Amino acid sequence: MPDLRPMLPELFLFAWAIVVLLFGISRKERSGDSLIYLTLVGLVITGILVPIAGYGNLFGGTFVVDKFAAFFQIVFLLAAFFAVASSHELMKKLSADRGEFFALILLSTTGMMLLASTLELITLYVSLELTTIPLFVLAAYRKDQLGSSEAGLKYLILGAVSSAILLYGISLVYGLTGTTFLQPAMSRLIEQSVPMLLASGNVNMALVMAIVMMVAGFGFKLALVPFHMWAPDVYEGAPTPITSFLSVASKGAGVVAIARVFYTALPAFHDVHWGTLVAVLAAAAMIVGNITAVLQSNIKRMLAFSSIAHAGYVMVGFVALPQGSIVPPYGPASLLFYMMAYLFANMGAFACVIAFEKNYGSYQIKDYQGLSKNSPGLAIIMTLFLLSLAGIPPLAGFMAKYYVFLAGWQQFPWLVIVGLLTSVIALFYYANIIMQMYFSRGETSLTKAHYDRPLILTLILTAVGTVAVGIYPEPILRFATEAVKVFPF
Amino acid sequence: MGFPILSLMIFTPVVGMAVVMMLNKDNFKLIRWVSTGFSIIPLILSLILAAGYDSSTSAMQFVEKASWIPSLSIQYFLGVDGLSVPMLFLTTLLSTISLIVSFNITNRVKEYFAFFLLLEAGMLGVFASLDFFLFYVFWEVMLVPMYFLIGIWGGPRKEYAAIKFFLYTLFGSIFMLVGILILYLSTTPHTLDMMELITKGSAFSHSIQIMVWVFFFVAFAIKVPIFPFHTWLPDAHVEAPTAVSIILAGVLLKMGTYGFLRISYPMLPYGTNYFAYPFAILGLIGIIYGALVSMAQKDLKKLVAYSSVSHMGYCVLGMAVFFIDQKSGQPHITGLAGCYFQMFSHGLITGAMFLLVGVLYDRAHTREIAAFGGLGSKLPVYTAFMSAFAMASLGLPGMSGFVAEFMVFIGSFPKYPVITGLAVIGVVLSAAYILRMVQRMFLGEFNTKWSGLTEINTREIIAVTPLLLLTVALGVYPKPLITMISATLQNIVTQVMR
Repeated sequence: MPDLRPMLPELFLFAWAIVVLLFGISRKERSGDSLIYLTLVGLVITGILVPIAGYGNLFGGTFVVDKFAAFFQIVFLLAAFFAVASSHELMKKLSADRGEFFALILLSTTGMMLLASTLELITLYVSLELTTIPLFVLAAYRKDQLGSSEAGLKYLILGAVSSAILLYGISLVYGLTGTTFLQPAMSRLIEQSVPMLLASGNVNMALVMAIVMMVAGFGFKLALVPFHMWAPDVYEGAPTPITSFLSVASKGAGVVAIARVFYTALPAFHDVHWGTLVAVLAAAAMIVGNITAVLQSNIKRMLAFSSIAHAGYVMVGFVALPQGSIVPPYGPASLLFYMMAYLFANMGAFACVIAFEKNYGSYQIKDYQGLSKNSPGLAIIMTLFLLSLAGIPPLAGFMAKYYVFLAGWQQFPWLVIVGLLTSVIALFYYANIIMQMYFSRGETSLTKAHYDRPLILTLILTAVGTVAVGIYPEPILRFATEAVKVFPF
Repeated sequence: MGFPILSLMIFTPVVGMAVVMMLNKDNFKLIRWVSTGFSIIPLILSLILAAGYDSSTSAMQFVEKASWIPSLSIQYFLGVDGLSVPMLFLTTLLSTISLIVSFNITNRVKEYFAFFLLLEAGMLGVFASLDFFLFYVFWEVMLVPMYFLIGIWGGPRKEYAAIKFFLYTLFGSIFMLVGILILYLSTTPHTLDMMELITKGSAFSHSIQIMVWVFFFVAFAIKVPIFPFHTWLPDAHVEAPTAVSIILAGVLLKMGTYGFLRISYPMLPYGTNYFAYPFAILGLIGIIYGALVSMAQKDLKKLVAYSSVSHMGYCVLGMAVFFIDQKSGQPHITGLAGCYFQMFSHGLITGAMFLLVGVLYDRAHTREIAAFGGLGSKLPVYTAFMSAFAMASLGLPGMSGFVAEFMVFIGSFPKYPVITGLAVIGVVLSAAYILRMVQRMFLGEFNTKWSGLTEINTREIIAVTPLLLLTVALGVYPKPLITMISATLQNIVTQVMR
């Protein structure tokens, strides 16, 4: 019996999901409140368990908890926390199956946490499925709404296709190396098999196929262009707390998986095989995401396109691989930092959308008119999140963009230029919402806005995070820099 | 580290903003006075700073240095030299004046004053930062309150003007960011400390210097604004509320020229020399173009706005002159000193012009020059103020504008005789548009439609008088300002010529 201590958080979270499920079944008549608090308590305990459980290596390297894993585990737990805390309004609209809702979120989070700490391709794939299958169900949770069912179905079909493509890529890697364990030695194994599989020049066609398949598979999870078609419809149709969870945690799952695979096993092929490929996809995501977001009139769709653009910014950090003394080791660390900054701002923005929908019953950007008069607090806090997403200092989003661009500059200056220019476009649509909220006065609302307690908690925590990470990013920067030392650059 | 006077100066308005936000939103009087109080504290501090400043050296003074984000070698680094001290004073002075001018704002008073204080903090931060990252943060922070101030309290096309201003300036800023990234990555060990970058400046390769110089040029030229990057200016100036126009013309434009002198010049000496001649030509174009467009304006505020383009052209022309005098071996600073004098003087004069335009607009609700006539008999006090600043603006001797333009011409003639010769035409043109404006508005037959107009009130007189006094004082006795900036400018020219 191996010492299961490093796996404690995942085991606990899994058990807690069952507890929540049973609790939901046994107390049907109660309001969703007790379930929300129960779930939140579970997430907090899991968060405390992460440092207690410590780092370690289980099952011969299949399950590895290192600083990199721990960082993303915290990101996923925070995302789940905020999504659950902003679900109060949704619970009121659901007549049944409340327990399952939270249990599914916890199961999906468990999958993400496992994903962050695996170094074996089959386990990685299974964890990814554990992450996404609950999300299919969650996206379709509003059975009374056609849009939600459509979202679930679209997500299911495209998600399944992308998983299949990913699996094919994984099988090619296995074919090239004879192992599914992600390790630096993989590069050597691939190089040894090159003479047999060599198609032309230095390019290994089988490896190219494997890389393209895997990039496509992870690209779907990340909603990178051109694998982004599902995102706007799913984001719009899904219940808003789930949309916020999708936009951050599901994207984070894609980031953590692609980073593990490519950084551990394939850094040697960065120059010829995948660096430029991912850079082009990142540029496409920034351009398409930002330009299309300008045209949206529904705020959930707008945030969906903006999240596509943010996937592009994250990937700028991802492709900036350190190379000795020429390229500083900022890239991988900036990836982590960006996710943290994006987590607070995006979850916060969605919490504002939920708060607005609850009080004013709309997702249309034009209905935000005059919000600064009717709910000044909500307007200020929304402005904060939007400015952070737009990358205006001294908020977290600016620091993240700065770090990512700093990392990307020496290898892909053109990509940084694209990123900077598109962030001017991004400012246009974020500022447009601010304009609606502040510049035009709109109609005076007669009823006083009301927010439930867990939602207020979300808003406050995300706002504090956005400001604090922006003004004093040092602790997170240092941890991120430490965390990426696990990779063999 | 001694008493943190600079931090105190920058963050007092931030505290003021927090306090104002907590006040009752209907108690206008309290909000106004509390905000003004919080802007007077930095004003007093800037006077203390100027008094305690040692103008015999070009070294940084009142330095505050602390580690902020060591992972990316970012510091909290403040300090002042001859370039910053007068600008900090101008900023605090114009902020206080603008707040007094804003007492007539009755719409969303609390938000207005809160944003204004945030704006002041951002501007002061720009002039005091010596860490590149910190500089950029303040540079951007300023945009947000400006966006709100134009967008909420502006004129009929406020939304358009606000977003145009925001996007235009951000577009410039991203070029500066790229420049910062390049300089940061080209130094070993990586640094964002401006003083270190200046020391290492001449070591950057020529291609890097030229490229980064162009990037910084875009960022700063948009702010100045240098032709052809000036198109945001008329929209923003005209749509902005009076007090914001004062700040835009008085302080924001100076950030562009300040950026050149603080950053581009000493850090990129090769690039600066390389582009000196085109720079002088752009200055000339600005002078003539701005003056010609001003002549065509029917709207008084637009006229003043375009005259800024022309006046900042003198700055650019003066800035393009730097060489080591062969005979004395001393750096030739007359051009730069003229440029700096023009920065300061333009802040006073154009700030006052916008203030006075606002005074008239509040009463008449129009700014069309042709609609007025013979106001001199109806509003003698107002006319006296307006005429005084009009004369200052066209460069009448005895006013600060004359000293500045004269120094620019004296400075630039030895190096660019032809350009200087052509630039002098600008003086004639500005006399033409200013005098025509004065004639049509204040002289001639009184238009009886305006018989209900009221005279400029005490509050407005209190706001504008310090500007008039300073304009005259510097016109008659310019020495204190020149003494303050000389050592720093000599140092800059030496660095550019190394």
